[in-house]
Amino acid sequence: MSAAGVVKPARGSVEAFPGAERRRPARYSRWGYLRALAADKVVLAAAGFLLVLILAALFAGVVAPHDPEQGGLALRNKPPLTVVKDGGIPYFLGTDALGRDQLSRLIYGARVSLAVGLLSVVLSGAIGVTLGLISGYYRGPLDDLIMRLVDLQMAFPSLLMALLVLYLLGASIANVILVLAITRWMVYARVTRGLVLMYRENVFIEAALATGCSDRRIILLHLLPNLLSPILVLATLEIATMILTEASLSFLGLGIQPPQSSWGLMLGQGRAYVTSAWWLVTFPGVVILLTALSVNLVAGWVRVVTDPVTRWRYFASES
Amino acid sequence: MTRYIIKRIAHGLLLLAVLAVVVFFATHLLGDPASLMLRPEATQEQRQALREDLGFNDPLPQQFARFVGNLARGDLGDSIWQGAPALPIALERLPRTLYLAAVTMVLAVPLAIVLGIVSALRPRSMADRLVSVISLIGASVADFWLALMLILLFAVQLRWLPTSGFGGLSFVILPALALAVRPLGRISQVVRSTMLEESAKSYVTTARAKGLAEPVVTYVHTLKNAAIPILTLTGDEAAALLNGAVVIETVFGWPGIGILLIQAIEKRDLPLIEACVLVIAVMVITLNLLIDVAYSLLDPRVRYR
Repeated sequence: MSAAGVVKPARGSVEAFPGAERRRPARYSRWGYLRALAADKVVLAAAGFLLVLILAALFAGVVAPHDPEQGGLALRNKPPLTVVKDGGIPYFLGTDALGRDQLSRLIYGARVSLAVGLLSVVLSGAIGVTLGLISGYYRGPLDDLIMRLVDLQMAFPSLLMALLVLYLLGASIANVILVLAITRWMVYARVTRGLVLMYRENVFIEAALATGCSDRRIILLHLLPNLLSPILVLATLEIATMILTEASLSFLGLGIQPPQSSWGLMLGQGRAYVTSAWWLVTFPGVVILLTALSVNLVAGWVRVVTDPVTRWRYFASES
Repeated sequence: MTRYIIKRIAHGLLLLAVLAVVVFFATHLLGDPASLMLRPEATQEQRQALREDLGFNDPLPQQFARFVGNLARGDLGDSIWQGAPALPIALERLPRTLYLAAVTMVLAVPLAIVLGIVSALRPRSMADRLVSVISLIGASVADFWLALMLILLFAVQLRWLPTSGFGGLSFVILPALALAVRPLGRISQVVRSTMLEESAKSYVTTARAKGLAEPVVTYVHTLKNAAIPILTLTGDEAAALLNGAVVIETVFGWPGIGILLIQAIEKRDLPLIEACVLVIAVMVITLNLLIDVAYSLLDPRVRYR
């Protein structure tokens, strides 16, 4: 669909800010982002931690020092750095009540915790953004219905809703992901709708309508690209929320079920030994904290560099 | 004003009705209520007997009519686990959860406001950095793990406070601390940003130009206008405390409505679960109503909408 005859407005920004043209490629390129990342030590450490965690989860079979399921009564609740006499690999973070290596279980548990976090964010984002686009673009009774649904869910604590739906559906990894998505979709719907309502009034949408673009084309090619940056920031923040909620559900015994394991479930199982084996209630929580902290730090950074206003300031202060 | 409140109450009641309907149909259509109430290993005969007993074999509209009728009289059926009407059991636990939530907010809100104002007045000071760190940790820590760490330190190692249970003031400190971190972080950050935002507005410049003392400008003029978003957020955080309370009550064995709900779910006690859900929903809706009313009292612009 070509807009023949429509004069493309010239981009005034280059003339308005002399020198902007020259500096632009270096600052806005992919390498510019990476260089900026390297300059921010805290965010770099956070991104590094997440990278190591993801690699460890992917290659758990190679990285884990022990079999996460292999235990033994002789090895019950051994403190960290226990070395078994026959010269094996030390149990760096101790063993649990069944004599299983905690470090290896944390590495395998990362698979479940990260997968649940990521997949539930993708699912809730997909539902929320779609409904938000429909709601904001078409308005009308459908919009009212969706927004009432959002209000209803906003009014009810999300963890309680997750508990109830899991009780109704039964606990499994797939259901945990589904439940997390059901309880958080409205966050995206709200933000998306708000942005769509704002952009709808803009000239570029009017121009698209005037040139005869279909609704589908306007939504997918004109609106969606403008939403990507704020939605991306929101989704990154939501990963931390999802990981924490999954941990809470599994801790309560209503999320991930044995023999599968996640960090929250490990804490739930270690809780009985809070007075005798401190390492069982400490390390899984430390890993959850570090993961959520890193995700939040990276999300904050993504927000700064993807927002054109703050990005300009961020890159200017860097040089 | 009265009309506004009546409208809000009607809205709350409608929300509650919708929730009750959703709960009814979710339990009767998504799952078989008899299976939901029994252990998975229950026999077919037991299931059938329970269905007969509680009338689950009746046509759905008839069951729904009965549910609505009973609900109107405040009767949610008998708790299977405790063999007594479910609603009073849930209501009895409510004050203890409210007590825990109140102590938490008393710990978090004044401190958050002070920290937020100081960090807004002095950017890049210690208080400012503290606000960023607390809010970052508050958003990243699993509250139940924080609770376990507090138990490990103050109850197991130092033996200053009891590990769990309900009693005097010493019992409420650890659960309230574990719950307070998140609202403390969020509220202090919002206090900081709204104070900064408000202090850039022209009425503040006017106040200064009139020659008012700086404390008057900050605490009377700016804070009064910043109070509105702060109040909204505080209300949201109070409602969100219920989320945390479910887990924290379980960790500390705090006999509130959160732990009751978890126990009811474990015992597959459907009437008690419904009672807990409705009581919590009424609490959240009432809270939101109170916030809206306070909002309209503070901000004259809201009343005329």
